[in-house]
Amino acid sequence: MEKEAVVKEKEVQRSNVVHHYLRPKKKFPNVWCAGCGNGIVMGALIRAIDKLKLDKNDVVVVSGIGCSSRIPVYLDFNTLHTTHGRAIAFATGVKVVKPRLKVIVITGDGDAMAIGGNHFIHACRRNIDITVVLVNNKIYGMTGGQFSPTTTAGAFATTAPFGNYEKQFDIVKLASAAGASYVARGTVYHEQQLEKLIEGAIVKRGFSLVEVVSNCHTYYGRLNREGDAVAMISWMKDHAMPIQAAVKLPPEKMVGKFVTGLIHETDATEFCEEYDKLVERLKAKEAQK
Amino acid sequence: MSNLRKGKVRLLQGNEACFQGAIYAGIDFYAGYPITPSTEIAEGLARELPRIGKKFIQMEDEIGSIAAVIGASNAGAKAMTATSGPGYSLMVENIGYAYMTETPCVIVNVQRAGPSTGLPTKISQSDMMQARWGTHGDYTAIAVAPSSVRECFEETVRAFNLSERFRTPVTVLTDEVLGHMRELMTMPKPGELEVMERPKPDIPADWYRHFEMTPSMVSPMAALGEGYRYNVTGMTHDREGFPTAVPSEINEKLNKLKKKIERFADEIYKVRTEMMDDAKIAVISFGTVARATHQAIKMARERRVRVGAIQPLTIWPFPDPIISDALKNVKKIIVAELNMGQMVNEVKRIAPRNAEVFFLGRYDGEVMTPQQILDKIREVK
Repeated sequence: MEKEAVVKEKEVQRSNVVHHYLRPKKKFPNVWCAGCGNGIVMGALIRAIDKLKLDKNDVVVVSGIGCSSRIPVYLDFNTLHTTHGRAIAFATGVKVVKPRLKVIVITGDGDAMAIGGNHFIHACRRNIDITVVLVNNKIYGMTGGQFSPTTTAGAFATTAPFGNYEKQFDIVKLASAAGASYVARGTVYHEQQLEKLIEGAIVKRGFSLVEVVSNCHTYYGRLNREGDAVAMISWMKDHAMPIQAAVKLPPEKMVGKFVTGLIHETDATEFCEEYDKLVERLKAKEAQK
Repeated sequence: MSNLRKGKVRLLQGNEACFQGAIYAGIDFYAGYPITPSTEIAEGLARELPRIGKKFIQMEDEIGSIAAVIGASNAGAKAMTATSGPGYSLMVENIGYAYMTETPCVIVNVQRAGPSTGLPTKISQSDMMQARWGTHGDYTAIAVAPSSVRECFEETVRAFNLSERFRTPVTVLTDEVLGHMRELMTMPKPGELEVMERPKPDIPADWYRHFEMTPSMVSPMAALGEGYRYNVTGMTHDREGFPTAVPSEINEKLNKLKKKIERFADEIYKVRTEMMDDAKIAVISFGTVARATHQAIKMARERRVRVGAIQPLTIWPFPDPIISDALKNVKKIIVAELNMGQMVNEVKRIAPRNAEVFFLGRYDGEVMTPQQILDKIREVK
């Protein structure tokens, strides 16, 4: 009994933390379907920021267009809800002008992989100190269930009525190859792991990406008979394989599973720091004259 | 030592004068993507901005460039990009975002002939309407159009001023010939030209609203990270910046975008008139063509033709009252431009009822010559 009370108390504390970072007036109820993973992602982001004790005034959250891109509107930070696919480019302008700010981009699979794919890979290449939280629900939810660059082969979507005959991006591999410093994958089932991954991404100097496997039961689930939110989130529980375990498993045991955790990490020069160095170098040269 | 050797007078290209003007105006951030014939602006700023501790970035495309510019401006920077027609076409969606979010920024369009890739190294003035109507939806645009190297400098400064003052994007319309032409120019001293800053809030953060309604209709603008924590969205929004679907709030927002500029249009208009006092014929032109017009009316005056010239330096909002006033005793109006007819329709809209309007267009990638304009004057006389 006592243990239960402690757990309950802990839960209350966790939700109080969230309330401290939300904009209460006019913004609720939110736009998402009941059971959507976006709320879990938002909660994880808030807790990660709270744990890092960042000043609200120093956090800028930038998003594009789509269901997940509505997250910033509810958050009591500096928030920019921009155009479809361009969030990372907007964020680049913010970061370059004020490198002291923590710039976090919230985007989706359609927003960052299709229309915004170019900005995504180039931000990875520049290794600019931006954190991208990419909510991957494998479909365009806001427009009603069209296939995206991450929709599973053979899966149904309103624009793939006979099954998707396109191939998918592996977001983690793409970001790693393009030069990102910190590449992780979490799910909306493993909320505490997600919190830690986002925390690590914010702390990491350079471009960091957290792909969050999420559920769109309204469209993806319904069109593909994958069940309701609970069924889709349970699927993540059964099919996610932490990287620590995955590296030890033979390939045949990984069939049908996906890897989670911090998958790729490197240390490379960061864009804003390199620019500052250039400015200093030119200043020193000028002083010598 | 001569003024030229001391650097007070310099031999500059239009594109160089343009980026020098941006530096004079206090540019903090430039993002761009290479495109002919505007590239010298990016090249110049890539060299100059790090030297003065300001930021330059070459983006992956024009869409990213204007996005970064808008992000930078929201972070408090005076920000600019430069491009040509195809790049401007790519930018227009985000320029619309800047109108909607009332974000100051300057976009230089060094015009070349289109449509599509068109003639990358040839002159045109066919983006005049694009500067006004480029993005979808309702809004009011500001665009300026210089016609000399010095004006490239001055009008870029003025574009920054208008942009910061009215919290709106401003387009500088130059063209390939103007951008690459070299002229001697006396460099303005600091303080010689006015440099304006955006209105800033002087109230506590709790009271702040990013799109506050004020008597001037322009809202003071806090930068990201200054403690105000506002929301910016391209969705139609209320005064606080949160999406709205309330008809009265939608009306208020759209009216604000239009009226904040139209109410102060008199302070935005800039028109040059020449020999209009006794003129019976007027030649209206802007940009590079205005230079040919200047020559042509001199030649016509020698032949005792009573002709004058009108040159709008503010091309949007179109200076209706000033131009219609200048036209009131004119019987014949020639509109000369390097396109298939864009400004001519604006002139027809405001021309006196008893005056005839003639169009002189050229769109073969060549400049309009004084002789061409003179021939037209003789034809309609």
